[in-house]
Amino acid sequence: MNMNAQLRWRKFVSNFMLTMTGLCALVAVSVLFFILGYLVYHGGTSINWDFFTKLPAPVGENGGGMANAILGSAKLLLLATLFGVPIGFFGAIYLAEFSSSKIAFVVRYAADLLNGVPSIVIGIFAYSLAVHPFKHFSTYAGGFALGVMMIPITLRSTEEFLLGVPRTLREGAMALGASKWKTIATVIVPAAYRGILTAILLAFARVAGETAPLLFTALGNRFWSNGWNEPTASLPVMIYNYALSPFEDWHRQAWAAGLVLLALILIINIVARAILSRGISVPRA
Amino acid sequence: MHASVRPAVSVNITPPVTTGAHRETTAPAEMRMSVSRVNFWYGPKQVLFDINLGIATSKVTALIGPSGCGKSTLLRTLDRMHETVRNARLEGEILLDGKNILAQDVTQLRRRVGMVFQRPNPFPKSIFENVAYGLRINGSKLPMAEAVEKSLRHAALWDEVKDHLHKSAYELSGGQQQRLCIARALAVEPEVLLLDEPCSALDPISTAKIEELLVQLKDLCTIVTVTHNMQQAARISDFTAFLLNGQVIEFSPTPQLFTKPTDPRTEAYITGRFG
Amino acid sequence: MATTSTTVPSAGPVVGSRSFLSRLREGDEIARLITFLFAASVVLITLLIVYELWQGSVLPRHKFGFAFFRTSVWDPNFEQFGALPFIFGTLVTSAVALFIAVPLGIGAAIFLAELAPARLSDALEFFIDLLAAVPSVIYGLLGIFIVVPVMRDVIQPALKNSLGFIPLFKGPAFGIGFLTAGVVLAIMVIPYIISVSREILLSVPRDQREAALALGSTRWESTWKVVVPFARTGIMGSIFLALARALGETMAVTMVIGNTPAIAASLFSPGDSIASVIANQFTEATGELYTQSLIELGLVLFLLTFILNGLARLLIVVTSQRGGAARA
Repeated sequence: MNMNAQLRWRKFVSNFMLTMTGLCALVAVSVLFFILGYLVYHGGTSINWDFFTKLPAPVGENGGGMANAILGSAKLLLLATLFGVPIGFFGAIYLAEFSSSKIAFVVRYAADLLNGVPSIVIGIFAYSLAVHPFKHFSTYAGGFALGVMMIPITLRSTEEFLLGVPRTLREGAMALGASKWKTIATVIVPAAYRGILTAILLAFARVAGETAPLLFTALGNRFWSNGWNEPTASLPVMIYNYALSPFEDWHRQAWAAGLVLLALILIINIVARAILSRGISVPRA
Repeated sequence: MHASVRPAVSVNITPPVTTGAHRETTAPAEMRMSVSRVNFWYGPKQVLFDINLGIATSKVTALIGPSGCGKSTLLRTLDRMHETVRNARLEGEILLDGKNILAQDVTQLRRRVGMVFQRPNPFPKSIFENVAYGLRINGSKLPMAEAVEKSLRHAALWDEVKDHLHKSAYELSGGQQQRLCIARALAVEPEVLLLDEPCSALDPISTAKIEELLVQLKDLCTIVTVTHNMQQAARISDFTAFLLNGQVIEFSPTPQLFTKPTDPRTEAYITGRFG
Repeated sequence: MATTSTTVPSAGPVVGSRSFLSRLREGDEIARLITFLFAASVVLITLLIVYELWQGSVLPRHKFGFAFFRTSVWDPNFEQFGALPFIFGTLVTSAVALFIAVPLGIGAAIFLAELAPARLSDALEFFIDLLAAVPSVIYGLLGIFIVVPVMRDVIQPALKNSLGFIPLFKGPAFGIGFLTAGVVLAIMVIPYIISVSREILLSVPRDQREAALALGSTRWESTWKVVVPFARTGIMGSIFLALARALGETMAVTMVIGNTPAIAASLFSPGDSIASVIANQFTEATGELYTQSLIELGLVLFLLTFILNGLARLLIVVTSQRGGAARA
């Protein structure tokens, strides 16, 4: 009898904790839906043709759009990808195919370190290298900052997927007389392409939303940015500036921009995971 | 001593000899556990077919058979450990002291039917705490130190660890860790102890120690052990069941099964023609 | 052994194919060299970051030395730069964040790894991973327009009424400040704690759980008394990772912390963190000492996150090794 009461208590505790921890999980997950909900609610109605095509209106005036910010983000991300992805990709090939374990350790360690650097510090770094010596802000500098952030994710993920290609594939190619680089180019990389593509997409999505590194590199621009050597507007920085401003209309636009930005990032993430969903787990970015 | 040892267990119990298609059992009286018409599936795949077995009280029953024959699966149904696997499905009846274990509370069942696993799996705690774990969660009122010592003695480990009770269990050798796991299981005074190939990860000396231990433990509790080592089964068990492809092919007192097996498949297995 | 008159006898093939092979090898050599350069550039960039941070903060390092970390005055007009308010702000907001996020995150991770059915767990983990991808500025947006009003109108008054005798909850409450920043940070780091802890819990060897269950434990008992202690070190690692993330977090914090270099006992007080002061003042910094002081703050942030991330990885590796060692 005593045993029964005690056992009942233990089972009660077990079920209670099941519920409590389930609640924790529910709370955590519901944040995502709250975020999406608020963005849609506050910003949904502000997404219109103007938003995508017009420049920002003069300060204090209503209306206008974020066309320059959208283009600016596109330019920055293009630069970032052109800079960061090759380094990550070819660096990963070196690690997976050519390097000794000592060098590999050092490079991996550096990449992990780089991954952990706060984005504002990356901004300082890019400022020191790409802004300060030239005495002006530019799209190049912003692209550089974002590109640096893309390197570790691209590198580590690509390396993991290259190493995951089965030995038999490599040996088969080499037995046919293919040189190492040919094997890599025609057999190994294609075999790992799904994972590599996912890695690039995830890296892209990660830096698409970054604001801090742009604050002192690409800075911002209320107008179109000509070429690549001028400061440029970008979606994240616009959101930041507009949100902090005292203007209702700008708040509205910030919500809209937030919705567009988040939608883009979430879609890329989902697509990337779908590409990979042949059973391999996605490494944590 | 052991509150649940039933007196007057007749040593003359003969589990039914089952061969070929005849698996009807005339269930004799003093069986600690009995398995009736048990079928078992992992998802769509059936792995146990119409199992009927009796586990005699205070005896060692061995389950032997080639890899994949279902002996471990069968063992794990006896304490409902199969329920930790997602798509496991069991049909039939399993009785402990006449009551269907599938209708009971599983937590209570597992206190009465303990298990020792193939690879030693002590908790990341001290030796003392490993043994005390079962006692603590059951809210035992016994003085902990005495109960722990008792179990360690039963597991023939006390002398080796008595001065090191607060060291981590991982500092013990493999054989010692397994005996610790046995002590841990014994601490809650189970009526039945299930052992799933307890020696397969151990060296010969540790194996011998544990075999000796199991024979002595019969007085404490009923033992069911799965083993792929036929000589071991022959050495330590009173009854042996030979399984093949999810069916019990033969189930007899051990000397009989090993010297005069009735089914040709049994004979083929024990003479090493396959397995 | 075919050889030519110009070469030392070797086990190599005939002349024609030998130079073909060496051409092949050269192609490989070039590939090796090129890819090496790319890999080396990663190391180079990392070293450059350290170098630039170090060199870029030479003025304040020489002028203030370690007093930089003890001084609480940050006055650009008089060229007085002390990092204490920002270090304080960073630590306080991170502490608040962890205080909220750790129980919630580990609870959720336990649910996902131990108690939930596999498909539910995978589905929820999918959403958690998406949460981790939400950019900081979006959290900031929600912070300003949703969290701040709720804090100002509901939570902070409630705290003042119930716990207002504690210095932590005294003083005027406008919705912004340490507490709000901490709450927003908590929301941001929970996904990291959940993901990493869940993985660690899932990696605990099955038979630990089974041994506990076989002794008659309830599901919660086997989880809490066996599996979680087994994964203890790795879970610590996940907390360190979350902390590192919180320390470096810029945008969301900047938008709700109040941007006032203040050291105050009350969580309702506005303040500043290292990352947010850099974000706010860097482009307006006049004069080398000002800029370089901000860079020195960046150096501090770099070092802090470097140490924390290193420790975290160590702890996580130790746990997974222990899983292997336990089987020895």
